[in-house]
Amino acid sequence: MMSSIGTEPYIMLSLVLFLMGALGVLMRRNAILVFMSVELMLNSANLALVAFAQQWQQINGHAFVFFVMTVAAAEVAVGLALIVNIFRERQSINLDDLQQMHG
Amino acid sequence: MENLPLLVPLVILAPALGAIVNFFVGSKLEEKWSGYIGCFASLFAFVISLVLLTYVTGTDGAAAVVNPPFVDGWLRIESIGLEIPWQLRVDSLSVTMMLVVTGVGSLIHLYARGYMHGDKWYPRFFAYLNMFLAFMLVLVTANNFLMLFVGWEGVGLCSFLLIGFWWDKKMPEGWKNSNAARKAFIINRVGDFGLLLAMFLLFWTFGTLDFYRPAELPNTEAKYLVNWREHNGLLEHKADEDHGDEAAGDDHDKSYKCVPAATDAHHEADDHADDAHGAANPLANDKRAIYCDNHHIDTALLGVFGQTIDRFGTGETVDFNGFQMAFDDVIFLIALFMLLGVAGKSAQIPLFVWLPDAMAGPTPVSALIHAATMVTAGVYILVRSNVFLWELNHAGYIIGLIITLVGSGTALVAGYIALGQWDIKRVLAYSTISQLGFMVAAVGIGAYVAAMFHLVTHAVFKALLFLGSGSVIHGVEHGRHHANGHGHGHDDDHGDDFDPQDMRNMGGLRKRMPITYITYLIGTLALAGIFPFAGFWSKDEILADAWYEGFQLNELQGFIAFGVLLFAAVFTAFYMWRQVVLVFFDDARSEAAEHAPESNGAMLLPLIILAIFTIIIGLINVPNATPVFSSIYETYEFKHFLEHSLLSVSRGHVLDFNLLIAGIALALGIASILAAHNIYKGKGLASDRRDQLETHASSRAAFRVANARLYWDEIYSSLIEQPFNRLAGFLADRVDWDFLHNYFHDQIIKRGFDQIAHWLTHPIDLGIVDGTVNGVGKFVQRAANWMRGLQTGYVRMYAVIIFIGVIAVILVMLWPFIQALLQSGG
Repeated sequence: MMSSIGTEPYIMLSLVLFLMGALGVLMRRNAILVFMSVELMLNSANLALVAFAQQWQQINGHAFVFFVMTVAAAEVAVGLALIVNIFRERQSINLDDLQQMHG
Repeated sequence: MENLPLLVPLVILAPALGAIVNFFVGSKLEEKWSGYIGCFASLFAFVISLVLLTYVTGTDGAAAVVNPPFVDGWLRIESIGLEIPWQLRVDSLSVTMMLVVTGVGSLIHLYARGYMHGDKWYPRFFAYLNMFLAFMLVLVTANNFLMLFVGWEGVGLCSFLLIGFWWDKKMPEGWKNSNAARKAFIINRVGDFGLLLAMFLLFWTFGTLDFYRPAELPNTEAKYLVNWREHNGLLEHKADEDHGDEAAGDDHDKSYKCVPAATDAHHEADDHADDAHGAANPLANDKRAIYCDNHHIDTALLGVFGQTIDRFGTGETVDFNGFQMAFDDVIFLIALFMLLGVAGKSAQIPLFVWLPDAMAGPTPVSALIHAATMVTAGVYILVRSNVFLWELNHAGYIIGLIITLVGSGTALVAGYIALGQWDIKRVLAYSTISQLGFMVAAVGIGAYVAAMFHLVTHAVFKALLFLGSGSVIHGVEHGRHHANGHGHGHDDDHGDDFDPQDMRNMGGLRKRMPITYITYLIGTLALAGIFPFAGFWSKDEILADAWYEGFQLNELQGFIAFGVLLFAAVFTAFYMWRQVVLVFFDDARSEAAEHAPESNGAMLLPLIILAIFTIIIGLINVPNATPVFSSIYETYEFKHFLEHSLLSVSRGHVLDFNLLIAGIALALGIASILAAHNIYKGKGLASDRRDQLETHASSRAAFRVANARLYWDEIYSSLIEQPFNRLAGFLADRVDWDFLHNYFHDQIIKRGFDQIAHWLTHPIDLGIVDGTVNGVGKFVQRAANWMRGLQTGYVRMYAVIIFIGVIAVILVMLWPFIQALLQSGG
């Protein structure tokens, strides 16, 4: 059933998702939205990994996906904590305001 | 008995140890103990010397060479074959000197305990005195010239230290004392330079500096023993046997015979042998016979004197790296250089000027060093080198004449100057120079025994006179303190210009200081050569030898010595009696002299002992056929003792007592004393404290010249000192300051340096080096400034760049495919 669909649509979907994520990272000023965009990109990569694992009937891709999801969960924990603290500090999570470390 | 010479290192060690103890812990000891240590060390050395004397007399004059432990192979330079052992020689000559040095030295140590009492540097004084004794004993016990030189320089150092002992007195006097010390030291350098050159020549010529090698010692029982008994007595001057019978000037007189003197049968044969001796080196075999026990030794293995006997007159040459010189001439040169050393140390013309100034030292020093012992070192070295002198004289070199001229000239000049001196010690100093002149002149005429005899007697009576003068000075100083009513001590300063040594401030001390007076009188009579005191015998022997040399052997130096020394002896009697009258007779001429007390027992005891010896010491060498005396005493005992150490005791040393010469000398001496007595007694000084001689028009000029010391110092000052100072001034002002400093240093060196430094600073250091370093820094700074701008701090900006980078990486990875695509497309 799955095999009848083939790999290409998944990759296309993954590409679209990735581009959406990338654009979100580049264009959004809200830190939470940027964060979500990063998650989107990670999930698009997961999708591509799973799709290729399906195609080649290899377990490696699945294993990778679990790791990525674990890392993403950790990242969320740390990232959200940072964002909360930044918000508490300056009542804003606008990324363009956070540029004290400029040269 | 044969092991007794092994004690000889103790003679040196005892005073050396005393010096070390006094030098390092003396200041912590009581004055009493410091003096005891010094006196004990000296007396111990004297006792050892006496033991050595018993050895030499007990073995019939055997000589011994001792290698002390620990200093074997003292100086060794293998590359040039120089090996100088630290060997000590015990023979009759060195034992004579040891006895004089330690005997007179001990008495002077005892005296110094009293004289230096209360001096703040009392232990140091005894340390120096003991050190002097140690060095002097090194000098006289040496078996080679280098050891002798060590002692020679050591006593010079001690002399310097002791002349300037009171350098810290108040200004004019302390300055005078230290200047006198420097003068003595510097003038002695001139003489030492001569001795050094002589030593260099000796080493170059002989390859050794040993007097005699231990290998020359044939006695196999004790390794270092030699018995010269056979040699001496072999050597007789022909003229000695038949002197008086032959006309003077006989050619035979100058040849020597090597036959047993006692065997009449040999005399005939020897007369014939004499005729055969006309060949080039007629004496070679006979000379060898003197050292008959050394026949088996190669010439090269002998000491310098043994080699000289073998090599002299053979016509061989010495090679000075290409420059050839006859062996005989080299010996002549050595003797001349040695004479320069003698002139320095024994205060002969032209180097005698230091000795009068040396009287700045404490009086015991003047007595010990500058009268009795150190200044006789020159005479000792000449007598020790009698082989050279004898050979040279024999070969017709004029060394005898030169030495005689120096000695008798010194005797006359110094005797004359002594007539016009006011300082009690200066009179004695010039007298010492004069008497040293007698000794040197005696060496010049070949009268080595007479020279040594006079050395011994002179050491005794001149030490007596100096100690007596010290007692007088001490008394006058105390009298002055008494008159001024406060304490005593040498260091006190009264602020006035009263000179306790000036005879014009004395007079009448006969009653105040009776013992000093009597002993001084004995010394004076001995020095004046009045019978029967010591000086009579020794001076008479010199005059008799000179007479013999002149009138019997027809030698020029004999006439010179006889005439000049007789004249000098007249001076001697005159100036000594003038001194006695001025110091002891008449009334006191100053308050100090009026209150002068007799010195204490520690000072008087040595005076009394020395006075006794002054009376009897002359009897050690009573001439043959002296009326009365020769029947009581063994005649020429000293000569027989000394001959074991001398090559030649000929040239008139076995003369009978000559009543005529003794009579003339005695008559002149007494006449001279009477003349002085007439001039000075009862009159004291003339008006305005001038000398009696100065008041008479006939003698005024003569006195003034004598008083001005013949202008000798002034002549040296204008001939040497002032040109030297001008040269030094020129070198300092013109050459050093103007040229070297102002021009060369300031202009050339400093400017050049400045320029080089400037160049190095500006273009090189500031330009290149700093420029490079600063340029790197600035570049980094600018680059960093520029790149800082890249860090905007906007996260999204970084994200864009990351994306661009990712895309670039992807493009690079895909580049081959893109290329292939483009080509296939193209």
